[in-house]
Amino acid sequence: MRHNVPYTLLFSAALCVVCAIMVSASAVSLKDLQEANKALDRKINVLEAAGLIEADAKVSAAEVEGLFGTFEAVFVDLATGKELEGGDTETYDQQRAKKNPATSSEVPTNLSRVSRIPNKAVVYKVLDDAGVVKTLILPIEGYGLWGTLYGFLALEADTSTVVGLTYYEHKETPGLGGEIENPRWKRLWPGRKVYDEDWQTALEVIKGNAGPATADPYRVDGLSGATITSRGVTNMIDFWMGDRAFGPYLESLRRERSAA
Amino acid sequence: MAEKSSRVLIDPLFSNNPIALQVLGICSALAVTTKLETSLVMCGAVIAVIAGSNLSVSLLRNHIPASIRIIVQLTIIASFVIVADQILKAYLFEVSKQLSVFVGLIITNCIIMGRAEGFAMQNPPMKSLLDGIGNGLGYSLVLLVVGFFRELLGSGKLFGQVVLPLVTEGGWYTPNGLMLLSPGAFFLIAFLIWGLRTWKPEQAEED
Repeated sequence: MRHNVPYTLLFSAALCVVCAIMVSASAVSLKDLQEANKALDRKINVLEAAGLIEADAKVSAAEVEGLFGTFEAVFVDLATGKELEGGDTETYDQQRAKKNPATSSEVPTNLSRVSRIPNKAVVYKVLDDAGVVKTLILPIEGYGLWGTLYGFLALEADTSTVVGLTYYEHKETPGLGGEIENPRWKRLWPGRKVYDEDWQTALEVIKGNAGPATADPYRVDGLSGATITSRGVTNMIDFWMGDRAFGPYLESLRRERSAA
Repeated sequence: MAEKSSRVLIDPLFSNNPIALQVLGICSALAVTTKLETSLVMCGAVIAVIAGSNLSVSLLRNHIPASIRIIVQLTIIASFVIVADQILKAYLFEVSKQLSVFVGLIITNCIIMGRAEGFAMQNPPMKSLLDGIGNGLGYSLVLLVVGFFRELLGSGKLFGQVVLPLVTEGGWYTPNGLMLLSPGAFFLIAFLIWGLRTWKPEQAEED
């Protein structure tokens, strides 16, 4: 009898080895291309948040690099809210920095379930012809339903009016929470206000429909079937625009602006 | 079985279509067909996986211990799916993002498992390969027809190019939102099955 227990074990071991080699060979050999795709996708999201390209427009890598080149990328010290000189923003990996105790710090428990934040974050600035900041693009992240959502929030120079919001990585259910990528939903964001008159974060994703941005600036339509994802978006904005993250930086920008 | 190779390849298109006759693999047919582009890529991935898995299972068919044959088939299928997913992520990043989990879910596509267990375990490699491609094509045929109507009627486009200008963009066509939702695909598949069984009455089930 050839199909006895030792044979079965041997066969399964051999099969596993062959399959493992096949899978890892493809993963390793294609890694560089995939990483390049991811980096490009991140840049496309920055551009999209800034309102420079349309949500589902097809743009070439060269166009993206070109547009991206007009941005000014700066490091911001999250604790003090000051811009830092020098450093290579292109190669800085914020996710890695967040995991290293030397380059990150713990934050108090928050609804967004962010436990550590990097000491410095990369902020992108769009300048107008006179060299004055027109748009700020800030990286944000926070828990949704199945995992962390990573995205960009773009604000006008007043640091409160939303220019756009995009997510480039998430694990939400397609068709439900995954609708955070829906261009129609993203179009609801421009014009909303992050802060109220007392400069407290006020923007909220609600259940149901909100009015137009001019009449109802602090609320955005919720995604049906995605209450927890919607709440995650609210919490994330509350955390990253608050005192522990970009709050001090945005405040210093406002002071500079009113002084000028 | 003395079926001719050409029949093995052609039969699954109309006479024995895996979706229309056997009503297998419906889940992904609903999920990825809102656009033709995603449907097409999904079809390519499924054909590649089913051809590869049928061929490998058939080559190994006399060596696979009967007691673990299902898990062996699954391992082979899963490996092909991961490779397909990696390739899509490297060369068709945008589409693979839209397909999200559904490429990974090819593993659970009943058609592939069904052909491995039902055909490749009993037939020689060449024939199994053709059977795999044939069934993949049968699946693709339905996906593309459904994708064509969903994109055309749901968003007035084909492959992202505007065909019917929408009212919201100054045209005349009011899109049918139902087509973009999963039930729209159910209706389309039902119409397809109805049409096919009217054309080939022998496919109708007795009641």
